[in-house]
Amino acid sequence: MHATRDFSHYIRHPESGLSHIDLAVEGVSCAGCMAKIERGLSAIPDVTLARVNLTDRRIALEWRGATLEPGRFIDRLAELGYRAYPFETVRAEAVETAQSKFLLRCLGVAAFATMNVMMLSVPVWSGSGGDMIPEQRDFFHWLSAFIALPAAAYAGQPFFVSAFRALRARTTNMDVPISIGVITALTMSVVETIHHAEHAYFDAAIMLLTFLLFGRYLDQNMRRRTRAVAGNLAALKAETATKFISDMEISDVPVAALHPGDIVLVRPGERCAVDGTVIEGRSEIDQSLITGETLYALAERGTAVYAGTMNISGTLRIRVSAASEGTLLAEITRLLDHALQARSHYVMLADRASRLYAPVVHAAALLTMIGWVSAGASWHDAIITAIAVLIITCPCALALAIPTVQTVAAGAMFRAGVLLNSGDAIERTAAVDHVVFDKTGTLTMPDLDLTNGAQIPPEVLDLAGRLALASHHPVAAAVARAAGAKLPLRGIVEEPGQGVRGIVDGVEVRLGRPSFCGADTMANEILSADPEMSAVAFRHGDTSYVFAVRQQLRPDARAMVAALRRRGIPLEILSGDREPAVRAAAASLGIPQWRAGVAPAEKIARINELKAQGAKVMMVGDGLNDAPALAAAHVSMSPISAAHLSQATADLVFLGKPLAPVVAAIDYSRKALRIMRQNLWLAVIYNALAVPIAIAGFVTPLIAAVAMSGSSILVMLNAVRARRVTKDHA
Amino acid sequence: MEVLVILVPLALALGLVGLGGFLWSLKSGQYDDLEGAAWRAIADDDPAPPPSVDKTALHQPK
Repeated sequence: MHATRDFSHYIRHPESGLSHIDLAVEGVSCAGCMAKIERGLSAIPDVTLARVNLTDRRIALEWRGATLEPGRFIDRLAELGYRAYPFETVRAEAVETAQSKFLLRCLGVAAFATMNVMMLSVPVWSGSGGDMIPEQRDFFHWLSAFIALPAAAYAGQPFFVSAFRALRARTTNMDVPISIGVITALTMSVVETIHHAEHAYFDAAIMLLTFLLFGRYLDQNMRRRTRAVAGNLAALKAETATKFISDMEISDVPVAALHPGDIVLVRPGERCAVDGTVIEGRSEIDQSLITGETLYALAERGTAVYAGTMNISGTLRIRVSAASEGTLLAEITRLLDHALQARSHYVMLADRASRLYAPVVHAAALLTMIGWVSAGASWHDAIITAIAVLIITCPCALALAIPTVQTVAAGAMFRAGVLLNSGDAIERTAAVDHVVFDKTGTLTMPDLDLTNGAQIPPEVLDLAGRLALASHHPVAAAVARAAGAKLPLRGIVEEPGQGVRGIVDGVEVRLGRPSFCGADTMANEILSADPEMSAVAFRHGDTSYVFAVRQQLRPDARAMVAALRRRGIPLEILSGDREPAVRAAAASLGIPQWRAGVAPAEKIARINELKAQGAKVMMVGDGLNDAPALAAAHVSMSPISAAHLSQATADLVFLGKPLAPVVAAIDYSRKALRIMRQNLWLAVIYNALAVPIAIAGFVTPLIAAVAMSGSSILVMLNAVRARRVTKDHA
Repeated sequence: MEVLVILVPLALALGLVGLGGFLWSLKSGQYDDLEGAAWRAIADDDPAPPPSVDKTALHQPK
């Protein structure tokens, strides 16, 4: 049964006869790659558009006619050395992109209006009291109004809409004082202009909008980019399922294209991507990811299976009942939503402060006005001063102080391979002074690796690797990976529970249990030398070889241990594994503190003991048995390969093979916390200085707008520093 | 001072042209890939058969 790849789910038809597909692509980093890809793809006949987006690492492709198969683009890119996969814009990202574009359009309009109003304002300031006649001044004021009013009406939308929503919900947010300030300033200015007054404040109002929009746009854009990276990551994971398109024909389709009622084929060794019911076949399934039960369960006609279940021995046909909620894309989207929306302590503090602050601002402005009137000032001067107070005390700097740092730090951590799962993870991670590791799957790789590859002749390894492709057993998969095998052999028969065999050039080849290949003695030698090892035998004619396979330490585990030590953070291993294995890992990493054979309850006890000594413990673990310990620790971290439950409990999730993200998370969090504190102080000091000056009436609305925007920009620029941490030199 | 009657509308018109240009460039997707655009400017030769830029934008995901 040869499966075809079906990407029709991703193809759109912008006009008849024209097809469009978006691909996420890995490893594009420079102009060279861009030119190579665009040239390579444009050379395919009928392709009308091949354009790389280097910012988002994506390719837009268009072609005429229906003959071209999208799989060809992916193969062509693979020949060029790039891994690509069709990509579907998730709704959340589309919304962010649209919002980001709208803000940029508003910013453009506001900036245009500011420039032109300033062009008219400067002559009025320099000419007033001098050689400018009142008619000219009025003419300039009317022109300013003509530019500023429509511009403010358009560019102010993000603030007005949000303020209106808050007011309708009977709350107030920081957009309320902004909107009131801008609208009053504009109304006042129109009244002043009608009365031929000397001053108008169109410039102040429109400039305020411009600066605020600048801040909003930066914030929005950062969020959009994080989403784009996440989207690519999920697309490149290329989760597919084998779907029956007719009784006999199967096709590899993306999991996202499956619908309830579809029938999928799950082979031994494959993970089921959907929830459904078995309609044909009989097999053992491993549901440990879902239920925690490590014993295999029997699946037969009528058994319900869930996404994440591993099929062990037989082939199953499954009718889909719920489409892919458990896909990686869904998972990552959920994590990101958490990271962006969850409120940390500091965000809550800043939020509460600006909520309380808004009424205070309004009261202060009102009191200023009443105070000045009762002190004998004219209504006109009193209102102008009140507007200045309203604008200058606008709590934008305070409101921007924490979220901007959080967005920047979350983005930087994302690029370093860390996803935030809880809102206050940054603050808690910054405090960490003790790290506890699980061993299996955390310090070691989740997959098995071949250890004696160097002792086996390359041509033997190559053949064994190709043979291993026929089997889905994890040990065989390790051999295939080590050999870098790509071409499966033909006519291979699987002997259930034994291994695979076939004929190559008239000679029988076998791969499987040592007894299946007659290599028991050799295998026993290897197994007795290292109890961690698994052995798989290969027989070619009469010669047999034994491959030793085991879990390897993550590639940079030693460097990570050294980096944490340089930061003065003590490490410890708490593993449920047997003593010799843990001892060996600890010795090779140079971690003196380790415990083996620890039950979940004992892990919690040890963490509580450390807590009682005043340590802030970070727990890094992946297994289901780690989930309680993860929850007990001050902050917790899991690899993305971890069981769903521990991923859900962990505050941080890291991607990829290396352990460097653990160090990066700590570094970025520490820096981010420092900057958050600085920012809060900046905002508080600014308000403490500016408000009394404004109430005293020394500030015109224009200066107030500049000062307020200046403080916001200062806070934002400071936040951008959270992007980088000082590289430590090993 | 009568020159103002010409200069002020002229200044506004130029400003509007700039704004129009910005909005057009935004709509045609020229800000979608700032990093790529930076590299394209110094590429030796035109890498792709020139796909008109606004066409790209029309078919961007809505």
